[in-house]
Amino acid sequence: MRPLTELETKTFFEKLAKYIGRNITHLIDRGDETYCFRLHRDRVYYVSESVMRKATSVGRDQLISLGICFGKFTKTGKFRMHVTCLDYIAQYAKHKVWIKPNGEMPFLYGNHVVKAHIGRVTEDTPEHQGVIVYSMTDVPLGFGVTARSTSDTRKMEPTAIVVFHQADIGEYLRQEDTLF
Amino acid sequence: MAGRPATKKGANKAAAAPPAQTNNKRKSNPSKEPSSKKAKVAPVATKAAAKGGKKSAKAAAPQDDSEDDESWAYGAVSGSDDSEIEEMDDEFVSAEEGSDIEVGALDDDFLGDEFAESDEESKGPGAAMFGSDDENDEEQGEEEEDEEDIFASNSEDSDDDDMEAKSRKLDAAALAEAEEAEAELQTNIMLESDKYVLPGDDHEILQSTDLQVVQARIQEIVRVLNNFREMREGNRSRNDYISQLLKDLCLYYGYNEYLMEKLFYIFPVSEAIEFFEANEVPRPVTIRTNTLKTRRRELAQALINRGVNLDPVGKWSKVGLQVFDSPVPIGATPEYLAGHYMLQAASSFLPVMALAPQEHERVLDMASAPGGKSTYIAALLKNTGMVFANDANKDRTKSLVANIHRLGVKNAVVCNYDGREFPGVIGGFDRVLLDAPCSGTGVISKDASVKTNKSEQDFQMLSQLQKQLVLAAIDSVDAGSKTGGYIVYSTCSVCVDENEDVVNYALKKRPNVKLVSTGLDFGKEGFTRFREKVFHPSISLTRRYYPHMHNMDGFYVAKFKKVSNKIPKKEDNVDLDEEEEFTPIVEESGKRNRGKKSSGAAKVAEEVAEIGFNADEDEELIRASQAKLLQTQKGIKLRPKKTA
Repeated sequence: MRPLTELETKTFFEKLAKYIGRNITHLIDRGDETYCFRLHRDRVYYVSESVMRKATSVGRDQLISLGICFGKFTKTGKFRMHVTCLDYIAQYAKHKVWIKPNGEMPFLYGNHVVKAHIGRVTEDTPEHQGVIVYSMTDVPLGFGVTARSTSDTRKMEPTAIVVFHQADIGEYLRQEDTLF
Repeated sequence: MAGRPATKKGANKAAAAPPAQTNNKRKSNPSKEPSSKKAKVAPVATKAAAKGGKKSAKAAAPQDDSEDDESWAYGAVSGSDDSEIEEMDDEFVSAEEGSDIEVGALDDDFLGDEFAESDEESKGPGAAMFGSDDENDEEQGEEEEDEEDIFASNSEDSDDDDMEAKSRKLDAAALAEAEEAEAELQTNIMLESDKYVLPGDDHEILQSTDLQVVQARIQEIVRVLNNFREMREGNRSRNDYISQLLKDLCLYYGYNEYLMEKLFYIFPVSEAIEFFEANEVPRPVTIRTNTLKTRRRELAQALINRGVNLDPVGKWSKVGLQVFDSPVPIGATPEYLAGHYMLQAASSFLPVMALAPQEHERVLDMASAPGGKSTYIAALLKNTGMVFANDANKDRTKSLVANIHRLGVKNAVVCNYDGREFPGVIGGFDRVLLDAPCSGTGVISKDASVKTNKSEQDFQMLSQLQKQLVLAAIDSVDAGSKTGGYIVYSTCSVCVDENEDVVNYALKKRPNVKLVSTGLDFGKEGFTRFREKVFHPSISLTRRYYPHMHNMDGFYVAKFKKVSNKIPKKEDNVDLDEEEEFTPIVEESGKRNRGKKSSGAAKVAEEVAEIGFNADEDEELIRASQAKLLQTQKGIKLRPKKTA
């Protein structure tokens, strides 16, 4: 467990900014308690400092997880967001997509979101923008990247893909072995 | 709505009971309760039944008005009408048990009713009256669904009356016949059963694997044992009966003999049978609302919209829901994936409720996978303070981490230690939950392999492990904590040597802890004495839960309060001698493990000498090898300290 290096911080924040933009500052400067990002076995954890201090007494081999895992660095040095950070990024998300009940299950099985399943979209979402996917009852289901901007979407066919799938909460079941 | 058919069914069942009863009786008579008792009870029953019959007739007369029949009330509660979800949170009556009892009572009524009829049959009018009652009930049950008005017109219509009279006669004839047949059978039973002959050891019947024969024998023996003085046969001792019964039970339920004996003596005889019977039936599926993300009412609504039929689990829990049936897999709904609930046995709520963690506390869960209890703790902490979730099995930590993240627990640290290393890793917790690894004799309905694969050795090993763990748990707690200083010990086993014995051991080894009330208002008290063992009287503060009594897995919960951080030293010799009697092996190895930190035979010898144990060297060597052997065995692996 160690703090992130400068390079790592840069890659990580760049990725994170795709979803929550400048709201990253809200994650770092919190009113209640100091929180920090820690790297442990290639994974980035977001955890309050008091918890982190206590966790230092656990050996490296025995420490499995602390706080919330945001994602991991791949072997090539890129950062990959995990669905586990959904709670936080849904809280600060700039662009959102709501999908209809009939589109919930296809998305939770790892498919892209097609236009027919879209219920609502945040206005002025640009192309290739990270978005949070919600169900119509405002339950966050995962996140993805838009294929087209909102205005372009209107002209598309119902079967065309609007949001590329990145992560969804179905992964808790599908990828329990590899995710953690 | 899902509730409606259930309600109707209940009504039909009640109404149609009498004819069905006749059939049942003809078939099942031989296995019914002893006839002698019946004969005594009969007159009383008849009176009561006559009343009951009238009452039920009255109740049935108006179309919908049958509140005094509680099976109705149950139907209404268990239904999933929108209206009753509002009440769901608090006002739920524990319908399950209540209804069972009520149905039983009803049957009796009708059964008695029938008697009354046939007794008064010859007198004519009386019989007719009862007969008509009966019929009205029946008719109503059948026609209720189709036409609602026909009942009202029934009594006025003369044609129908004729028909009624005829059918009444027919019914009466049939009943008389049934009565005779029954009487015959009963006299048979009288002859057979009043003196039940226990088959001798060399008897052929022992080899018989016909389960029905075995079951009949079990029932007979239980009956004899329940009234031993009068029912026993000649000079046969109680042991003869019991050993035969144990054999039969092993055969019938498929337990190995060791386990059967262990479990059998925990209960009175007839209760033991109930226990074994309950182990054959699966427990209801329960889920726990994750209060970090949603509320129970909202969750119930969301699930009902998916067609799930559910109810609150009972008055004692505000977060539990019981799932009756579901058209969708309950472990893969979007709500589940979003972390709104956790699939969790009702019994595993109990230790956390007993622990009652307060906000801003630091809590340790020593054996936590797959995280049902840890996440419940975190939910009670409302994500403040912190939760240390430990599990000794690395593979199981994966599901633990997954559940922690899914349920949105943000203050958890997951680690993979052997629980016995714990005060060494980090101590000073406000509360510690130890849901110890156990034989699983409380969850046989979930995992039937326990019946056969647990031997004496397993039990010894487990209880030793549990004793070490409970000491580690106690040592990890900071007695000076302002709000806490509590330890909860729980197992999903019903065996005494994994529960009371362990707690007793902890009390003896750590005089700085005392037992306190678990704060759970139901459950049976722990044993203060069991067979040859006598435990500390305060063990009555612990709680036991049984599948046949509480309709949840067999479970045990004990709550300690740590009063000081110092372990007061008793006069060592006396202390040691006492423990030697009970658990010699554990005694040594516990010492050995602590000695291990300093390691090296010389130091160990020193320590042994220090605490005043006066053994010669031979014995010491034997002990050393014994401890070594234990450490190589399954389940007792301590990681070697790197710093040593």
